[in-house]
Amino acid sequence: MSALKTLTNGIFKENPTFRLVLGTCPTLAVTTSAINGIGMGLSTLVVLVGSNIVISLLRKAIPDKVRIPAYVTIIAGFVTIVQLLLKAYLPSLDKALGIYIPLIVVNCIILARAEMFANKNTVFLSALDGIGMGLGFTGALVFMGSIRELLGNGTIFGIAVTKNLFSPAVIMILPPGGFLAFGFCIGLLNKITSKKVSHTGCHACSLNCGASGNDCNKASAKEAGI
Amino acid sequence: MKEFFVIILSAILVENFVLSKFLGICPFLGVSKKLSTALGMSGAVVFVMTVASAVTWAVYEFLLKTAGLEYLQTIVFILVIAALVQFVEIVLKKLIPSLYKALGIYLPLITTNCAVLGVAIMNIDRNYDFLTSVIYSFGAGLGFTLALILFAGVRERIEQSDIPESLKGVPIALIAAALVSVAFFGFQGLFSN
Repeated sequence: MSALKTLTNGIFKENPTFRLVLGTCPTLAVTTSAINGIGMGLSTLVVLVGSNIVISLLRKAIPDKVRIPAYVTIIAGFVTIVQLLLKAYLPSLDKALGIYIPLIVVNCIILARAEMFANKNTVFLSALDGIGMGLGFTGALVFMGSIRELLGNGTIFGIAVTKNLFSPAVIMILPPGGFLAFGFCIGLLNKITSKKVSHTGCHACSLNCGASGNDCNKASAKEAGI
Repeated sequence: MKEFFVIILSAILVENFVLSKFLGICPFLGVSKKLSTALGMSGAVVFVMTVASAVTWAVYEFLLKTAGLEYLQTIVFILVIAALVQFVEIVLKKLIPSLYKALGIYLPLITTNCAVLGVAIMNIDRNYDFLTSVIYSFGAGLGFTLALILFAGVRERIEQSDIPESLKGVPIALIAAALVSVAFFGFQGLFSN
């Protein structure tokens, strides 16, 4: 796969959020505003690129049997770095994202890329893949965040847009609005591209957060060996 | 006693992990297609969450805090949870085979369930003591169970209805989840604290 293709793959064709439906927890939780979406997306991007590079570097050194725990440790290391940096330099963002920053560790996207891409490809391509996937995730979060902020608060990036048009429906920035916006976003994308999102779950996410059917879980659980 | 009852009830209804905190969405969407798998998964989650919160609380309080290594929290917690899940699996297999049979295949999936790591971190963030941590985690697990079982029922109905082509599958599940979430929203303000 060419370098450019690797980069754009994550942004459009295999967008982790809208196409693969990975990392749903942060997608729903932090998209109450566009700015939070950017913060979460970029934090994830940093972790993703870092872990992809390190895992790709170590891909011949890590024994196959303990690869998942090894990946998790590497990812957790990068998450801790991001966590400390945010606390030091962007305390307000750190407060807004709260518990979802440490929870980047269990974001399926990162493990899925480690397992499906970084441990098979060169460092350069893995880094590009991390950037592409990270940007795809960020874009999706900003998109969701903008929609929810616009409908729920009447603003985008804190700028009032709909002041005299309609009074905002607060429910969109409350938990139910997250589910609703996400559902309709995927539905709309299906309509436009006339392709159906398959919940790839286990195929994409080796560490199976229990994403798809029962049989698939059993198989991939065995495969993951944990 | 009354205090603990309030903690459990608010963890189940007011701060439902799935529907208002968005933790454990993957299994919520993934294994809620059938009631039986939903039950198995939630049983395993309740069990692991309760045990994991007890262990991570002790590790944080007695190891990390005394050594001044609080910043290692994320790494240590995820490793503790992974090891614990493996350990629970081995012990159950040996000692209570019947329970292992019921929960066994769900256990490996739980390591990456963000609800487990989430509750462990939340207990520390909120400065809960040991007993409160365990009870809160147990309640959160029950909340997960309730959401999963309710949603499994909703989904079984969805399967049989006529849905626009582009909304089939994940989108309609999310929209249905939004409605279930609205219902749970009614519990907000049940306890004034």
